[in-house]
Amino acid sequence: MLPSLAFGKLISVEEALTPVEVALKKKMADVVLNTAKANGASYADVRIGRYLNQVIATREKRVDNIANGESYGMGIRVIANGAWGFAATNNLDNDSIAKATKLAVAIAKGNAKIMTEPVQLAPQKGYGEVNWKTPIETNAFTVPIAEKVDLLLNVNNEALKGGAKYINSNLFMVNEQKYFASTDGSYIDQDIHRIWPTFTLTKIDAAAGKFETRNALSSPMGMGFEYLKPLDSEKIKGGPVTMYKKRYDMLEDVREAAVHVDEKLKAKPIAPGKYDLVLDPSHLFLTIHESVGHPTELDRVLGYEANFAGTSFLTLDKWESKKFNFGSKEVNIVADKLETGSLGAVGYDDEGVKCGKWDIIKDGILVNYQTIRDQAHIIGEKESQGCCYADSWDSIQFQRMPNVSLTPGTTPLSAADMVKNVERGIYMFGRNSYSIDQQRYNFQFSAQLAYEIKEGKIVGMLKDAAYQANTQEFWNSCVQRCDQNDYRLGGTFSDGKGQPSQASAVSHGSPTTRFNGVSVINTGRKI
Amino acid sequence: MAILSKEEAQAILKKVLSYSKADACEVSLNGSDEGNIRYARNAVSTAGQIDVMSLGVSSTFGKKTGTATINEFDDASLKKVVERAEELAKLAPENPEYMPPLGPQTFSESLTYNAKTAAMNPDTRAEMVAKSLSVSKGAKLEAAGFLVNANRFSSIMNSKGLFAYNKSTNVSFSVTMRNQQGTGSGYVEQDFNNLDKMDTLALSKIAASKANGSAGAKAIEPGKYTVILEPLAASDMLGNMFRGFDARSADEGRSFMSKKGGGTRLGEQLFSENVNIYSDPLNPEVPGSTWSGDGLPVTKTQWVQNGVVKNLSYSRYWASQKNTQPLPFSRSIVMEGGNQSLEDLIKSTEKGILVTRFWYIRMVDPQTLLLTGLTRDGTFYIENGEIKFPIKNFRFNESPVIMLNNVEALGKPVRTGSGLIPPMKIRDFTFSSLSDAI
Repeated sequence: MLPSLAFGKLISVEEALTPVEVALKKKMADVVLNTAKANGASYADVRIGRYLNQVIATREKRVDNIANGESYGMGIRVIANGAWGFAATNNLDNDSIAKATKLAVAIAKGNAKIMTEPVQLAPQKGYGEVNWKTPIETNAFTVPIAEKVDLLLNVNNEALKGGAKYINSNLFMVNEQKYFASTDGSYIDQDIHRIWPTFTLTKIDAAAGKFETRNALSSPMGMGFEYLKPLDSEKIKGGPVTMYKKRYDMLEDVREAAVHVDEKLKAKPIAPGKYDLVLDPSHLFLTIHESVGHPTELDRVLGYEANFAGTSFLTLDKWESKKFNFGSKEVNIVADKLETGSLGAVGYDDEGVKCGKWDIIKDGILVNYQTIRDQAHIIGEKESQGCCYADSWDSIQFQRMPNVSLTPGTTPLSAADMVKNVERGIYMFGRNSYSIDQQRYNFQFSAQLAYEIKEGKIVGMLKDAAYQANTQEFWNSCVQRCDQNDYRLGGTFSDGKGQPSQASAVSHGSPTTRFNGVSVINTGRKI
Repeated sequence: MAILSKEEAQAILKKVLSYSKADACEVSLNGSDEGNIRYARNAVSTAGQIDVMSLGVSSTFGKKTGTATINEFDDASLKKVVERAEELAKLAPENPEYMPPLGPQTFSESLTYNAKTAAMNPDTRAEMVAKSLSVSKGAKLEAAGFLVNANRFSSIMNSKGLFAYNKSTNVSFSVTMRNQQGTGSGYVEQDFNNLDKMDTLALSKIAASKANGSAGAKAIEPGKYTVILEPLAASDMLGNMFRGFDARSADEGRSFMSKKGGGTRLGEQLFSENVNIYSDPLNPEVPGSTWSGDGLPVTKTQWVQNGVVKNLSYSRYWASQKNTQPLPFSRSIVMEGGNQSLEDLIKSTEKGILVTRFWYIRMVDPQTLLLTGLTRDGTFYIENGEIKFPIKNFRFNESPVIMLNNVEALGKPVRTGSGLIPPMKIRDFTFSSLSDAI
């Protein structure tokens, strides 16, 4: 599923490379902070955001779309009389900024009249003037469009040479230039980069009336264009699929995909039953996202998302008991806002909290959630965990998922060796269909590629395989993790939450991991 | 600012076109003014108003097209956006599928605008939400809901003289009510163009009754059951199917509408004989725009008649390849039904399951349109024409194509999303596992 990125005004590459002066941003921010205080706000923060996007979309031998977009403006959030107020503007002269600030204060005072309890904000020290940048080697916006178009058309050419009937390839690039300031005394300038190359290759068996596809096994990353420079040391070979760490070989992946789709067209239908699953990180990341990431969001637990995304089975009593058995002892899951190359890596969140890393599931036990400043007190935290994010300057920041990852095992183990010990199993790669209930108990996932394992050997491709499980039972069936050498990041560019809905990008790392005795169904039907 | 009149939009579009030096130029101008209020745990959480307008320019030299967008409207910005589109066009490779702009067209006047909805303000929204909160607090339930209204305009003009303009309003309300023990949950959702039709009090009472009625659900075995799908649940399933009424993907062999051996299933009996589906933007219950994004008139179109596929949607390019007329799709879908109410359908059911809505529906297999998802916010067991008890939620694996071959009865259609959809009684609907979610 490709995200529908919203593009603002179109800009040239030269303009994209010239950030707004920090001194000017500080001056604009001070207008907000001073106006808010003068009008009775007890707290104020301001985000001056410049969001750059570039997308290149191709199909077979032609370019479907090339677009550069920019969205620039300011979001102002205040507390007055104990309630939140928010206003946004893209008119950035002093009068307009002051007017928007006064509007935010007026909305807060209006909301205060119907509030049930005042906002309790976890204390946050000011950091003064600081900055943070995604550690990239090559800013993707500086790479000529022709080079990107060539890469994608070469990918398409390889696909067509491999017998593909249709091939779509796309490249998405994002740069968030964000400035945050608050009455706590922080002035934070950040430059954040993300990139996502992907394709879908299709072959048709017209006589049989069948078609099959395979999507790229790339990951969206918090990286620059260097992600697209292949490096042998970042590949894992030897299995049925070449796997990529922090460098992606798009041409190699599409050549393999063309072969995989032939195998998919001839694959054997799965016999439903219980299987041991060996899940590659390119697949497992989404299961982690849906079954661990979402239910440990504290706002869901508390009911703030009840009308849309849902609530959570991980209620506060389970956390308070300090013994809720979320998974087996193998299950160690961390929230990490710092991991290099991840989509969620930032220095500071969208309410000026320095980011960090903490345990969510420790040796199988639920030990923590994901929180922001106005929720931290509910779980006895003295400070926020830095999970606040807004997808645009004109969106209200709220709690969003940090990178939530399964740590690698400490005993040396490769994926190939893990497979050798499986008697009757399925080895799955890549995300496909995914669905989970609103409290995150029951889920069903399928993969881009599913290989049958018999007595320690991969014996062929399977079709129509989807596994169904209960979250707690599934994570308790986790028996083995590969080691650090196999650890990789998967991720999504467009996790949706909130009303109006906002998108956020997040990564989930894991090693190849084994789950025993999971129920697998056959999804083949005839119409 | 954001909602321009026909004349104001026309003036800006003409000015933009006057700057064009390309062989062909197409310009679009759209704006919206959207206000919302969100609540949870029986209290307002956020409220906002967003006012946006944007202009898009597509310039073409030969078969080379470039597109640029902007959200500033002074003369210098308008010139700049045209220049950028032209620069990009010169850099772009030729598009073999390029279609030259259409000349002037005739469009019917749409019914999408309502002045009262357009005049909604934060006080109107707060008042409507207060009614909903009075229900939840009175029933000792917890409500989380969202009310949003939008006032929009869209317009296009091209260098061949085509001009189209439409103004629309919409108000949308949804609320989830849960009991304090977390053992029951109910939901309603409703869209209208006309504010007068929206009754947040009555809707909230339905959600409250479902929340109380669904408490203490019993588990029954997954399997094939006769289901009564409320219009919202039916609409959740159908939405995924309508995207498949595209001739190109069917011709290309990658859709459930593709025929074995090549071609499409146009003209085939794909559904039960009692399935009749059309779209009509001039239906006053589900009004829609009378022109499509590429400037084609949108008129009443029969998609399925007595279970036979009567039409597929063709883009201008694909129609030119297939020597047929282009045919745009419309969101103003009407699925015909009967005169029976939901209660009548329940009364005529010996054993079955009533489904309020589905959740997290995803495509499992695009060839058979197999979908998976779960029931949510009120699932009930029916025996001898009566609701007997609430049941635990199920995961389903089912295709809307198979579902529409198993239609036992259809009730009276009601507005659901942007369509008119009947409640449906369907036999042999496949539930594959139980969920503990409430």
